[in-house]
Order: sequence, then C-alpha cells, then structure tokens
Amino acid sequence: MNEKKEALRIEILKYIEKHSRIDLGELAVLLGAEEADVANEMAEMEKEKIICGYHTLIDWDKTGVEKVTALIEVRVTPQRDRGFDRIAERLYNYPEVYAVYLISGSYDLLVTMEGKTLKEVSRFVSEKLSSLDGVLSTATHFILKKYKDHGTVMVTKKESERIPVTL
Amino acid sequence: MRNPLSKKIVEIQPSGIRKFFDVANEMKDAISLGVGEPDFDTPWRIREEGIFTLEKGKTFYTSNAGLKELRQEICRYLERKIHVSYDPVRETLITVGGSEAIDVGLRCMLDPGDEVLIPQPSYVSYLPCTVMADGVPVAVPLQAENEFRLTVEDLEKYTTERTKILIMPFPNNPTGSIMTKEDLEPVAEFVKEHDLYVMSDEIYSELTYGTQHVSIASLPGMRERTLVINGFSKGFAMTGWRLGYCCGPEALIEQMTKLHQFAIMCAPTNSQYAAVEGLRNCENEVEEMRKSYDQRRRFLMHEFARMGLECFEPFGAFYVFPSIREFGMSSEEFATRLLEEEKVAVVPGTAFGQCGEGFLRISYAYSLEDLKEALGRLENFIRKLRKEQE
Repeated sequence: MNEKKEALRIEILKYIEKHSRIDLGELAVLLGAEEADVANEMAEMEKEKIICGYHTLIDWDKTGVEKVTALIEVRVTPQRDRGFDRIAERLYNYPEVYAVYLISGSYDLLVTMEGKTLKEVSRFVSEKLSSLDGVLSTATHFILKKYKDHGTVMVTKKESERIPVTL
Repeated sequence: MRNPLSKKIVEIQPSGIRKFFDVANEMKDAISLGVGEPDFDTPWRIREEGIFTLEKGKTFYTSNAGLKELRQEICRYLERKIHVSYDPVRETLITVGGSEAIDVGLRCMLDPGDEVLIPQPSYVSYLPCTVMADGVPVAVPLQAENEFRLTVEDLEKYTTERTKILIMPFPNNPTGSIMTKEDLEPVAEFVKEHDLYVMSDEIYSELTYGTQHVSIASLPGMRERTLVINGFSKGFAMTGWRLGYCCGPEALIEQMTKLHQFAIMCAPTNSQYAAVEGLRNCENEVEEMRKSYDQRRRFLMHEFARMGLECFEPFGAFYVFPSIREFGMSSEEFATRLLEEEKVAVVPGTAFGQCGEGFLRISYAYSLEDLKEALGRLENFIRKLRKEQE
C-alpha cells in the first residue's frame, strides 16, 4: 500500500473512531481529500474488517432501562493445541457477553458482560462460566459508575468560560 | 487637584470598536467566532503537573529569568523547531505571556524618536507598547493581493533614518498569513542592509498547516539582530497560565531581565513547572490540537467557497480573514449588523489596523458544531445583503 493511501486510511480511522456518523463529503473536506477516495477507502476497510462496525456510545444510566455491567476475571487451564482460544469462544458466543480479552498477569481472561440485574449476572457466572471445563476460578466485579467509556468522559462537562470576543 | 495621568497614556487611543466589543460580550444568546484563544482545555498532563507542584508547595519566586530547567527545555524545543540554538542561561528570559516580552523588549530597545515598523493588520499591542517606550510607531499596511505577507516593497515605503525595529507578527493574528523561507529571505536582506533589529512574535508558531513555521532568526546573519518571542498560550492551550518567553542576544536579554526583575519579579512559578511537563511530554497533544484546527480551517474555506465569500487560504494561527468588500459597507457596520440580525459575533478587520477595512476576522477555535451553526447564520445574512443589493 502506498504511503499516501495508508496516511489517508489512518486519518479516516482516527476521525470516525470518535465521529462515526459524519457525512462522507464533509469528512473529505475536513481531511483535505477527495470524497471518492474517502468512500473507497472506507468500503475497502469494511471489507478487510479493519472497520468492524459503527456503534453508538450510550449512557444507559440516563435512561429508565435497568442494566448492570460486570467485569469477570477468569483463570483457566489452556488446552493443548488450542491454547485459550477454545474456551474464549465458548464464552464470547453468549450474547450477554460483551467483551472477552486474553490478559497478561494473575488471571487469563477478562470477560465483560451485561445483565438486567445482579442476580442475572450472578446466575450466569455460577451456572455457565464457573462450571465450564477448564475454568479454575472466577472473580466478579460489578461496575458502580462509568466515569469515562470509549475515551469519552460520561460525567457532564461545565460550559466554556471563554470571554466571547477577545483580540 | 493635579491630574494623575501622563499625557502619553491619555493620548493612546482605545480601540475604536470598543463599543462593538462591549455589546458582543454582553449578548448572551449570540454565537461567537470572535475568540482569540484555543477552545481546548490545557492538556491534562500539564494541568496535573500544575496541581502536583502546588501540592508539593512550590509556591516561591523562581529566579528572575525563570526556572533553569524550563529555560533549558525551551532552548531544546527551539533548536528542534526553528533550528536556532540559544544559551538557556544568558539568552533566554521567561515572561508573563508573550505580551510582557513585547512590552519589555520595546522598552529596552527604543530611545525617544526611534521608529518601529508595525506591519498591519496585526495584534493590537505593538503600537501602544511602542508609544509607552517613547518610540514612534509606523504602521506598514500589508496588501490583500499578497495575502497579507510582508514584502520589501512594503518596507521600502516606510523605512527612514530613524527606523530601528521591525515587528514580524507571523503566523499572523488576524489574517492567518505565514511567511515561508522564500518570503523571509528578501526581508532579512533588507533588515541587514538597513541595520534594523527584528522583534519576531512567533506565538502561533505551533499552528501552521501543510508547512513548518520558519523563524527569521534562522536565516543567515539574523540571529544576532532578532528577538524571538513565543509562549505557551496558543500551541499548548495555556492562555490563562500567562507564560511566555523570549530568546535573543545576550546584551538585550540581560537588560530585559533587569527590567523584568523590577517590574514583575518572575513569571508564575506554578505555570513554569507545568510548562516543563508540556515541553517534555505533550508533543502528541499539541499535534492533535493542530490537526483539529487544520480540519476546521479546511471546513471554513470550503464553506466560504460554497457561499462565494472571497477569502485567501491562510496557513497559520486559527483565523481566516474573508473580504466583505463586495457588500459595500465598513467592517464594523457588517459586524454590527451580523451581530444584531443573526446573533453571530466576529471581529471587524479594522480592530487590527486601518488596512483591515473590508475584512473580518473569523476564529476557528470552536467545535465543528459551533462553526456549522454560525456559518449557517452568516450565509443567511449574506443572502439577505445580496438581495438588498439587487
């Protein structure tokens, strides 16, 4: 890939990572590129699974919807030939599992999951997760408040205090 | 009772458009594109360092010239950025914003009657500071045709036997103009030929687009006749910390340090520690802000082209300087009507010198959302004016 194309791709990704709803024509203006080039690169990157989706960051706490999020540390025995992948797959296929990461340090997998209630999450951990072959132990942490998520501060920011007109 | 005021201060005219400013700053529901400072908060690393040094009780004066480690970092930074080496001990002074360096520099260089060439449109403090230092300000109007860059032809018209200093306000507030190396070379030759001194105000040096800032001090034979002024306000988004600096020949810095000592003592200690962190570890943050300004700059140029509003493409600072000459009214009239009828505040070009007549300064130190809203209103206004003209 030539350097210019690569640079454009990175600029596109950096921008849409924060503002995925932007209109392509406008994005092209901001990046000083041709709209057709931006559209092509985005389509290619979608195909190559560099762009994996366009999600929306929601503060569910501000809605009436009940939701609890838990971070679960999981220690497992890696399997011959397949390492951690098979057990990770067993976990990530559950729709209530939000994220699964292989982690360095004192445990192996970090599982993020969402449920309606504490009880629902606890039940999932005890019935599905702990009893899974190869799982040695789990530790569940419930999230009490999200201060910052996906690089975005969730607490309300103060208004700007700049004087409207200064030289 | 005696009049407490000096003739000098009374004779300095306040900005002619002060009334406009008062109205604009009082109008609560107006959208402003009139701000001369970044919309970004100071990078957190810098703020956190400021908090930490307060906790540690670093609340005493620093040496008059400023913290030695800050001066060392500044010299390393200038070496990297403009490729000029300064001695942190003998050739560097930390000031209260770049503004103090302008004031103190002029006081230390001017004798009564010495003339100072001030290219305009430009920032408003050069002229009064010259007067207070007993110098004679000489405005050098820059030409829109040259995209407000300074040329030797401009200088020739205004240089006399008494000319001592040339102010170089680039990247420029309010026009966004920059001077490339090719633009600077003939100016530097002219300066040497006429044995002038340069005060180069490079406060916007971090904010150039598509090209690196070039300091006139980096041209052959110019280091010894240039005072480079810079600071943390714009590039590092640290306006309220009031921290600037200047570098130049030892003899000048020595005298400036003397005056600074008597007038100021030292720049704020807390700000100085915070700035050390900024110079050491915030290159990424500064670059991200620059990129964001660049995107907004492109957006504005694109929108102006679409509206048919005449504007040269500026490559520095965070201002665009569109022409409103087609509407046949003064800048102040245009700005006043825009404020009253569409509730958008911009600064009339004449705030920066008479030759700014027919232009507006529009700042893009705003979020894209704010810019869109304001430009929508500006477009309405322009449509209305064009209809009136029919």
